[in-house]
Amino acid sequence: MNFWIRISDLDRRWIYLLMAVAIILPFFVNITIPIRISPPTQALYTYIDTLSPDSGPILISFDYDPSTQGELTPMAIALLRHAFSKNLHVITMSLYPTGIGIAENITSDIAKEYNKIEGRDYVVMPYAPGYQAVILSIGEDIKNTFATDYYGNRTDTLSCLNGVKNFEQIPIAISISGSSTPYAWITYGYTKYGEKIGVGTTAVSATSYYPYLRTKQVAGMLGGLKGAAEYETLIRKFYHTKGRSMATIGMNSQSMAHIIMIILIILGNISYFAIRKQNKRSA
Amino acid sequence: MKRRLPLIIVMLTGIGMIIQYFIPHPVSKAIYKQSIDWVIIISAFYLVLGVGGIFIINYQKIKRRKEGWWLSIITLSALIITALIGIFGGIDNKSVFMDIFMYIQLPMQAAMFSLLAFYIASAAFRSFRARTPEATVLLITATIVMLGRVPIGSLIYRGLPGITEWILSTVSLAAQRGILLGVGLGSIATSMKIILGIERSYLGGGE
Repeated sequence: MNFWIRISDLDRRWIYLLMAVAIILPFFVNITIPIRISPPTQALYTYIDTLSPDSGPILISFDYDPSTQGELTPMAIALLRHAFSKNLHVITMSLYPTGIGIAENITSDIAKEYNKIEGRDYVVMPYAPGYQAVILSIGEDIKNTFATDYYGNRTDTLSCLNGVKNFEQIPIAISISGSSTPYAWITYGYTKYGEKIGVGTTAVSATSYYPYLRTKQVAGMLGGLKGAAEYETLIRKFYHTKGRSMATIGMNSQSMAHIIMIILIILGNISYFAIRKQNKRSA
Repeated sequence: MKRRLPLIIVMLTGIGMIIQYFIPHPVSKAIYKQSIDWVIIISAFYLVLGVGGIFIINYQKIKRRKEGWWLSIITLSALIITALIGIFGGIDNKSVFMDIFMYIQLPMQAAMFSLLAFYIASAAFRSFRARTPEATVLLITATIVMLGRVPIGSLIYRGLPGITEWILSTVSLAAQRGILLGVGLGSIATSMKIILGIERSYLGGGE
């Protein structure tokens, strides 16, 4: 009985330590657990995979700030690798002032891996305030929304945007976000202009977008680090991408963290019922 | 008049934009495009208001020597120094501004968010108890979803990812759709109240 009381009163620092070990240890142990592809990830991959360089540029919006980058950056990297492997043109942007730095950094890094040239193969747009209005404005005229790119070049001079006026020439807009920003893309991008929307979101937010997946208002979704790992698995398998698969590496840590969490919940419940039974007996 | 004029502007703009949506005439489209440009320009002033707010609050804190006033000095110094570096040194990939973002802000914000894993583990251990039948259902569902969302789940039981996907795309979806419909109806009601001048809290003044 004393054992369960001690478990129930376990100092939280032990829990923190246990969690830290569970997260850090898998980085030093080489374990490969096969990753099964979920339908929302497969749907997004299949849609992008059917596009050709003539389909027009895909738009990736980095609608997140550094706090959620652990989960979301691997998605952005995987999507960019897929697009560049297929020689698709890419427009990257952010509806967050702090997201634009991340967008620029990641896009230019991945572009270097594939020898892609800024302005010709991809374009990074600067931050523009008022996110609903920005989406609506892209639906009318993207070059009016962004007169210059992030580096100050006039967008009407960029070969990447030749013949691109609005959503009609952009086959898909993918919002990567840990907040409700994809809702705005669905409401204003899909409903008003019929634009295909892809979503990359944190695991906790993923449930919010299932209704839109079912109604096909969202073409596909990457949910949490697992969604990113699934996408990495697909592009590694079909395009033999060589870069570091951050999400796949992180999945072992996440697996361990989830197992520890479940063990803690089970222990907490056993101790709760054991103590309650004892209290009833003494009463 | 001070209160009536904004109400009239809101009412005319709101009704005008609703009518515009259903009229695909070039004049109507031109008004729509112009309105979007205006919204983007006006939105830029949010940033001015935000920065102004940070300045005023922190300045007053320093002036009155309130608890933690020295933290306000750090906040204002960081704001001013970063802005000056960005304005005069540029914001491209190799700039000092970008280095500040990549090597200070990015790891700090990521570290703050990552602490959640530890707090959630501790909170789950202490509070996630099967006290009632509803709590038990929640507990079992959460456990299945937690296992099904990681690759180790399919090693424990092959069908687990499929069950997880079913929970998310069927059970959870039903509840989500109900919430979304409620939010949608609520948004329409609130918008109508604002357009008709019933809801006036956006005017400020506590009335």
